[in-house]
Amino acid sequence: MDRRKSLKSILLGGVASGLAVHGCKPNPNEAVTQEVVTASNYTYGRTPKEKELDEKLLKEVFFNQHEMESMSVLCDLILPANNDSGSATDAEVPNFIEFMAKDLPELQTPLRGGFMWLDHKSNTDYNVMFMSASEEQQKTILDTIAYPDPAVPAEEQPLEVQFFTLMRNLTLTGYYTTKMGIKDLGYKGNMPNVWDGIPEDVLAQHNVAYDDEWLAKCVDQSKRGIIAEWDENGNLLT
Amino acid sequence: MQIIESSQVYDVIIVGSGAGGGMATKILSEAGLKVAVVEAGPFFDPSDPEQMTQLKWPYESPRRGASTTRPFGDFDSAYGGWDIEGEPYTNTEDTDFKWFRSRMLGGRTNHWGRISLRFGPKDFKRKDQDGLGDNWPIGYDDVKPYYDKVDKLIGVFGTNEGLPNDPDGFFLPPPKPRLHELFYIKGAKKSNIPVYPSRMSMLTKKINNDRGVCFYCGQCSRACQVSADFSSGTCLIFPAQKNGGQIDLFVNCMVREVTTNDEGKATGVSYINKEDRKEYKLKGKVVVMGASACSTARILLNSKSSQHPNGLGNSSNIVGKYLHDSTGSSRVAFVPDMMNRKTYNEDGVGGMHVYTPWWLDNKKLDFARGYHTEMWGGMGMPSYGFGFNPNDFNKFFGLKVGGYGNDLRKDVKKYYGSVLGIAGRGESIPQKTNYCEIDNTKVDEYGIPILKFNYQWTDHEIKQVKHMHDTFEEIFHNIGAEPLGSKPGKEQDYGILKPGEIIHEVGTTRMGDNEKTSVVNKYQQLHDVDNVFIVDAGPFVSQADKNPTWTILALSWRTSDYIVEQLKQQNI
Repeated sequence: MDRRKSLKSILLGGVASGLAVHGCKPNPNEAVTQEVVTASNYTYGRTPKEKELDEKLLKEVFFNQHEMESMSVLCDLILPANNDSGSATDAEVPNFIEFMAKDLPELQTPLRGGFMWLDHKSNTDYNVMFMSASEEQQKTILDTIAYPDPAVPAEEQPLEVQFFTLMRNLTLTGYYTTKMGIKDLGYKGNMPNVWDGIPEDVLAQHNVAYDDEWLAKCVDQSKRGIIAEWDENGNLLT
Repeated sequence: MQIIESSQVYDVIIVGSGAGGGMATKILSEAGLKVAVVEAGPFFDPSDPEQMTQLKWPYESPRRGASTTRPFGDFDSAYGGWDIEGEPYTNTEDTDFKWFRSRMLGGRTNHWGRISLRFGPKDFKRKDQDGLGDNWPIGYDDVKPYYDKVDKLIGVFGTNEGLPNDPDGFFLPPPKPRLHELFYIKGAKKSNIPVYPSRMSMLTKKINNDRGVCFYCGQCSRACQVSADFSSGTCLIFPAQKNGGQIDLFVNCMVREVTTNDEGKATGVSYINKEDRKEYKLKGKVVVMGASACSTARILLNSKSSQHPNGLGNSSNIVGKYLHDSTGSSRVAFVPDMMNRKTYNEDGVGGMHVYTPWWLDNKKLDFARGYHTEMWGGMGMPSYGFGFNPNDFNKFFGLKVGGYGNDLRKDVKKYYGSVLGIAGRGESIPQKTNYCEIDNTKVDEYGIPILKFNYQWTDHEIKQVKHMHDTFEEIFHNIGAEPLGSKPGKEQDYGILKPGEIIHEVGTTRMGDNEKTSVVNKYQQLHDVDNVFIVDAGPFVSQADKNPTWTILALSWRTSDYIVEQLKQQNI
């Protein structure tokens, strides 16, 4: 805990009795040192218990080197670089998938088994591990598993098709949740702004329009900083 | 082990710090009373960098926001969920009630949807209209002055529309609709379904000098660092502390029972401090329960004594009965006319800018009560799950689904923001046979007997949800949208969500004039014990087709005024 929080905990959590105060860390400075040593790279408002879980998972290793290398090859076949943006491995997607396999253990067997299937197929057809096969050979294999029949429910698809769908999903979600992917997608939010309606050209493109009567009820953003006052009937005066 | 007793005697002990407990804390402390607030979770302040999730990017979480540890994802501010380690509950056979708890200062107000709807005149007197359930002992006119005060104190945007059962108020101006909302309006209007600006407690305009104004990040579920939306901590408890209120916060303290004396009057509470796992006692002249409908029922039922052998306030045997949640169901559709979008920031406020209050006459329908609709869509911030099945919608154009390579980028962009979801939230009929009770066979990790639930929907709710799905499809059809998945049929009870899943559970300590059929009187005071009050949603006689928070706040304020008055007159 940082100094501010330790104090808060003492002041707020510990008013119960002398005993409760005793239970808290008596020296806030000591707590600060501890915090620095154990902090992970991810600061996103974790509770102590959640932080512990993240640290534990980040320390564990699930995929072996061969699996990670195979994964990198497959991720970049799914999402290679183009002129505007980097590839899946440029966005460190395999590291994300490694984390997810530990975070959601139900992914472990389908992924690990899936990579084994891929090597088995490549060895059978071309006498070479998937990651070392030529791009043409790799794509010939992928063409047999990358197009699920939309009429068949996901869980009834053949195992190799399910594996590829899982890898495609993880690759795309891992990519578009990075700085690189968000830029490529064009998402413009997650920052303070003032929403004042849909741009005119967008209304025209999608063939919709605002209703004037409706707009008249909406916030006048030039007055957002003026404190609200009403008359006794609830009519806004400011 | 000894129970550690504090010699301090508080004027009021408030159990729980959510909407009800927070409002009571503010009103009672500002009346000069010495108040203890006992909260089962940790201290929480959305402006504390250690706890903040607002404006974080998905890559700031190693799981990119997946819901592994928090039920609504990494960045949602709820500490808790439907399942909490060490705090189990059970269900009777054929029941699957889901009990959501947020263990933190401010409780569920930190992450709720901020949909802030007053109950209307009809909502307090439902039995008069359809003969089902019971009337409240109070009416809209009793609560209206408090709704007005809550609007002005906390802030809610919306519009005065003069509707018969969705009352006007003191509203801040609403934000303009976003693209998916214009499509919703277009589809609804074609079927003569009315649409109005929504009513939500975000500050689209300044309300006082202490709180910030909404900066449109759309992340109210993450709790707002400038207090531009309502949460109990930022809008009630912290301001009350700032105003010099004598408030002692006991956080991470789980109340076990209300203690009583030989005359059967409440003397305080006993609680477990989660940090040292020891039991403590606090003394108070008045106890105010705001632990949430089911937690309050649990504490009362666990407060057994020779004067109250059936649990505190339970001579009627009604504590825990009439538990009811809102009905809910939803459907999502792909809207081809929303494809190929130009990207711009349309985060807006967290949740919907428009909504449809209940618009039909139940006399012409095969179910008794109404529902309102909510909707969502837009070009949201990606998080775990974004990009899954990126070109499934190809099937609507006879194009190949799946594949790999750079074409996937085009597919992701083509379909980004082209989905519209619609949900219904409806009123259920309270049933005596739907209840929570103590499960004497099980214990939580604090040694407190746990709750067992028994809950079945009736035909009214199931038919209502069937109607919702017809409405969803009609609106989708009107805008040329392709509903996804299949419409749930009879064998799935038409897709009604499990009780508890909408997180509007109310009714467990219902209000009434008759002490044989209700737990509290019209001031939310226990019939059996005059110095115990309930300010959560337990006293709700019926739920309305509206979210409960605004009514919890208004009634808690009303009860707090009554407590101050009664203490002045030395009646309690």
